[in-house]
Amino acid sequence: MGLTLLSRRDPLASSEGQLKRLAAAKACPPFQEKLVAAGIDPLHATGITVFQINVGKFCNQSCRHCHVDAGPERTEQMTRETAELCIRALSQTDIPTVDITGGAPELNPNFRWLVEQARALERHVIDRCNLTVLLLKPQADLAGFLARNRVEVVASLPYFLSAQTDAQRGDGVFEKSILAMQMLNGLGYGVDGSGLALNLVHNPVGAFLPAKQDAAESQFRRELSRRHGVTFNHLYTITNMPISRFLDFLIESGNYESYMERLANAFNPTAAAGVMCRYTLSVGWEGTLYDCDFNQMLDMPLADGAPRHIRDFDTAKLNTRRIVTANHCYGCTAGSGSSCGGAVS
Amino acid sequence: METYYHPHDLSKFAEMGKGNKELWEKFIGYYDAVFAEGALSEREKALIALGVAHAVQCPYCIDAYSQNCLEKGSNVEEMTEAVHVACAIRGGSSLVHGVQMRNVVDKLSM
Repeated sequence: MGLTLLSRRDPLASSEGQLKRLAAAKACPPFQEKLVAAGIDPLHATGITVFQINVGKFCNQSCRHCHVDAGPERTEQMTRETAELCIRALSQTDIPTVDITGGAPELNPNFRWLVEQARALERHVIDRCNLTVLLLKPQADLAGFLARNRVEVVASLPYFLSAQTDAQRGDGVFEKSILAMQMLNGLGYGVDGSGLALNLVHNPVGAFLPAKQDAAESQFRRELSRRHGVTFNHLYTITNMPISRFLDFLIESGNYESYMERLANAFNPTAAAGVMCRYTLSVGWEGTLYDCDFNQMLDMPLADGAPRHIRDFDTAKLNTRRIVTANHCYGCTAGSGSSCGGAVS
Repeated sequence: METYYHPHDLSKFAEMGKGNKELWEKFIGYYDAVFAEGALSEREKALIALGVAHAVQCPYCIDAYSQNCLEKGSNVEEMTEAVHVACAIRGGSSLVHGVQMRNVVDKLSM
């Protein structure tokens, strides 16, 4: 797999470079115009039911579509002090779900502490897992740790074949992913009645929209069971966001304008009204607050008037905050919509 | 270079409604109904459409249904097989007319 945009010193490594390119898209009107036409501008939060923590950009993989520009050479990691601020804020609320992401979140030294603290607060915990991390020797006990703490595993698997999966995520990733899923199945993950949820995430391997979620789920279930004896609970389809390394791919492959046009033409007002930023709070590795993980990667903090850092956490001010948008938001409103929990409508 | 086909013309397809709105709307209503989930899945119908697009050699249709097949969850192996089905039928239709050739030869020959 290629190096990160940052290590290549690519202009798209900076949020300014990405936002400039997004604003210059000729094939789509400014996203806000679509919201106005749909009668939902300005978009506001409707409360917080998902507390999403991005613990850093360090990852054992360098996937071609990664919106974080994560990789083995990234060093940004959430400290214990910031993790403690997250738990302190969480304890002041009844937010039911803690969604931990990265990078490979499990490789942050504070990951297990965060999981245990969130579980002690009786919150549902999600681990956004790249699967291969479970096979790293120092992480030999990771799957068991997740199972003991009843953590929901949301695992990336773009396709049920190796060619497509490896093209997006790196050579050999598919084979390791299957081994990891078989290990998780062995612990009860994805097995009916176990209470251990293994959900898969499908991102298209290229410049096109994902299949309908229910159809893709049936296809994945049939093929993974038939070919590898693997089972899972649900499949979430997620549209590739035109930022970071996927934006780089779009530009390099000559697909940028046509992809933006495709997203804008597929704008779905119902999906726009239900986007995840309306019920999610995203915390960056430094403790900065965002409407979503994508805004976080574009350095687009919360709107004026809302707290900007986890140390200033204030439920009342956050619950109805105005959502900050730009043209990348077309990625969440196209077709059936897209969120960390899959299709919206 | 001037050619009869331009990729951007695909997005102008709806302009065909300007000449006769009623017929266009009937066509689109029928078209949408044909491709809706039914006894065949949307994915299967897209693969059939891709094969037919190659049989009728319509570059607009090949463009549209290559993307559509991917967006319905098909992969390039399945799409290649769909094109081979079109190829086999087109080739077979030529070859089966060889029977007509043989009939003529038989009639004319001693």
